[in-house]
Amino acid sequence: MSQQTAMAEGGFWRDTGKTGIGAWIFSTDHKRIGLMYLYCVLGFFLVGAFLGLLIRLELMAPGPTIMTAQTYNAMFTVHGVVMIFLFIIPGIPASFGNLVLPIQLGARDVAFPRVNLFSWWLYAIGAIIVLISLFTGGGAPDTGWTFYVPFSARTTTNVSLAVFGVFVLGFSSILTGINFITTIHRMRAPGMTWTRIPLFAWSLYATAWVQVLATPIIAITLLLVVTERILGLGLFDPTRGGDPVMYQHMFWIYSHPAVYIMILPGMGVISDIIPVFSRKPIFGYKMIAFSSLAIAAAGSAVWGHHMYTSGMSDLGVLVFSFLTFIVAIPSAIKVFNWVSTMYKGSISLEAPMLFALSFILLFSIGGLSGLILGAASTDIHVHDTHFVVGHFHYVMFGGTGFAFFAAAHYWLPKYFGRRYKEKPAIVGWVFMFIGFNILYFTMQVLGMEGMPRRYYDYLPEFARLNFVATVGSWILLTGVAIVVWNLWRGLFTGEPFTGNPWGGASLEWSIPTPPPTENFEEDPVVTHGPYDFKGVGVP
Amino acid sequence: MSHLEKDSFGAKLGMWLFLFTEMLLFGGVFILYSVYLTRYPKEFGLGGHQLDLVYGATNTVVLLSSSLLAAMSVTAIKTGAKKLTLGLLSGTVGCAFIFLGIKYLEWSAKFHHGIYPNAPKLIAGPPGESIFFSLYYLTTGLHGIHVIVGAVLMSWTAVMVHKERINVTDNVTLENVTLYWHLVDLVWIFIFPLYYLIL
Ligand code: HEM
Ligand SMILES: [Cu+2]
Repeated sequence: MSQQTAMAEGGFWRDTGKTGIGAWIFSTDHKRIGLMYLYCVLGFFLVGAFLGLLIRLELMAPGPTIMTAQTYNAMFTVHGVVMIFLFIIPGIPASFGNLVLPIQLGARDVAFPRVNLFSWWLYAIGAIIVLISLFTGGGAPDTGWTFYVPFSARTTTNVSLAVFGVFVLGFSSILTGINFITTIHRMRAPGMTWTRIPLFAWSLYATAWVQVLATPIIAITLLLVVTERILGLGLFDPTRGGDPVMYQHMFWIYSHPAVYIMILPGMGVISDIIPVFSRKPIFGYKMIAFSSLAIAAAGSAVWGHHMYTSGMSDLGVLVFSFLTFIVAIPSAIKVFNWVSTMYKGSISLEAPMLFALSFILLFSIGGLSGLILGAASTDIHVHDTHFVVGHFHYVMFGGTGFAFFAAAHYWLPKYFGRRYKEKPAIVGWVFMFIGFNILYFTMQVLGMEGMPRRYYDYLPEFARLNFVATVGSWILLTGVAIVVWNLWRGLFTGEPFTGNPWGGASLEWSIPTPPPTENFEEDPVVTHGPYDFKGVGVP
Repeated sequence: MSHLEKDSFGAKLGMWLFLFTEMLLFGGVFILYSVYLTRYPKEFGLGGHQLDLVYGATNTVVLLSSSLLAAMSVTAIKTGAKKLTLGLLSGTVGCAFIFLGIKYLEWSAKFHHGIYPNAPKLIAGPPGESIFFSLYYLTTGLHGIHVIVGAVLMSWTAVMVHKERINVTDNVTLENVTLYWHLVDLVWIFIFPLYYLIL
């Protein structure tokens, strides 16, 4: 790797027996594995974002604009599959989790380094299978990322292969979860009690449990779709005595908790960044840690809110609606605690903090619109409209996506020994933030007015707002391009980043930059909490 | 704790977590089973009667014995009895083959009678019956794949024992593979009454 020569001296970049690409794809060092995930995940994000741009271009004006209806169906399916299974689920846990978790715990690696490498291989293989499925067989899947039966059992596009790829990705996710749970239980340095674990690690712990307990359900559900297509089992086919709504139940028993696989690590990132850039200990440490577990637990019981309109019993609707409102409580606790942490803090508005602050705002908008969807009465009105699309982009992109970039600006300099330029980072952020709101807030308005989602064409009265949303997507993607380019260039050729410039108090800031292969020369003994800034040099 | 020392407690913890995910995987099928059972109790009963109790019972005994042999191999390796361990492991793998052989006989007899996924006879029959046999093939097929995986793992551990990479002091791998084998057994303990003994 020629990049290595451009890298700041030393650290795990240097220290290797093997050379070339083999030093990476066969490495069991958690930091290298984390970076490999990061490159893949970022690559897929850009691919997915490009597809999102194309979808928006098609919707810019009524009638056919740049593609056929069939292509449009494939486009939003592939956009959804790439963003969900290749970007956001592995996004923060697999990349930043791998990079940061062992060091935050004071360990030299994860509990099972070889299983960790195997997870990455499974991720790569699963991704390749998904990519192959786009260009072979009957063409890219056109079912939407939810693969709802009966359409997914009947369509002639390449659903079986895509679904199998997702199955492999699920296996990778399970192994990462098992690895992290074991690591957190077994590898903590002396003195690293449960109440001294940084909140990012806590959030990964809750996430890992969801990964372990929910992913097997999607695995079996996806296998059922494949058997349905290949063997014609008829388990979801009403003409054969099966029940398509059973598919929806099984799918959402996984996929709703999976929403928390997506958002919890993002919340963890924010909980680590806010105190550092406010120079104040986090407010309500225990409540934040506990609320992660509460979200993981309560979030497993609300899947039915996706199916209010599918003909569930009234009692079912009532119960699921009630449970859905309960999940809002622990999320709100976190938001209150972040805001309280900043109160009277000496806030420095550098790039990681800007992304973290916008996370709080965008996630809150997403969460509040989630309550509109959680209440059955209002959901019936906006179900499967652009309101839903706006809602989940606020949560997933405005939440986790922005947290991903916050984490990138906060931690990556630590691993590269070089940093990005501050000004372009802020300019990029401004574009992203403004474009984001123009795009998705408009979508929510469109949904309120009745524009359905996954529709190729629409009535003329929706034309103006759709045009506005499309312009928003251009601004947003301009911002993304600036941010990614600035990070990329900065990390490989930017100014040196040494010591502890942010003034963090968790363990990753106590070791050299970039970290050596073994992380710690001697196993550390932890004597203070991760947000105890006394004695940590103020930059 | 650094990764330089071997943490066998950690290894077992990881394995247990993995076994939970396997149980949940089968749990998905069992959820479907219970929903469709309440919908078609009569057809499920009739379907169950068409399965061969002798094959099913024999296979239950075979799997239980294999689990016993596997458990004994763990005790054997801890006393350092390498030959005995290898013998017991071969016994386990042998049982796996017997199980798969019987399964083969069973399935082919059913196929012969025109009962297989998507068969015209099932499509023409009452919907509940088709669902029952679809679930039957699905569950036993998935279980069969696990038997094959288990047997491969068992054989691989035997090679490791032979090479003394698994030995008196370092044997957590054997323990973990045995745990996996117990899971395969356990799942069958659910399958047998649900499909063969129902009503
Ligand atoms: C970067 C700019 C992005 C743009 C311009 C964009 C745009 C869109 C559009 C227009 C749709 C289709 C709405 C419909 O007709 O139903 C859509 C769907 C979707 N997007 Fe995005 N999106 C972007 C980023 C993301 C991100 C970051 C994620 C996830 C982390 C994401 C996840 C999804 C999902 C899951 C769907 C649903 C697909 C389906 O209906 O099957 N998107 N997006
Ligand atoms: Cu949900």
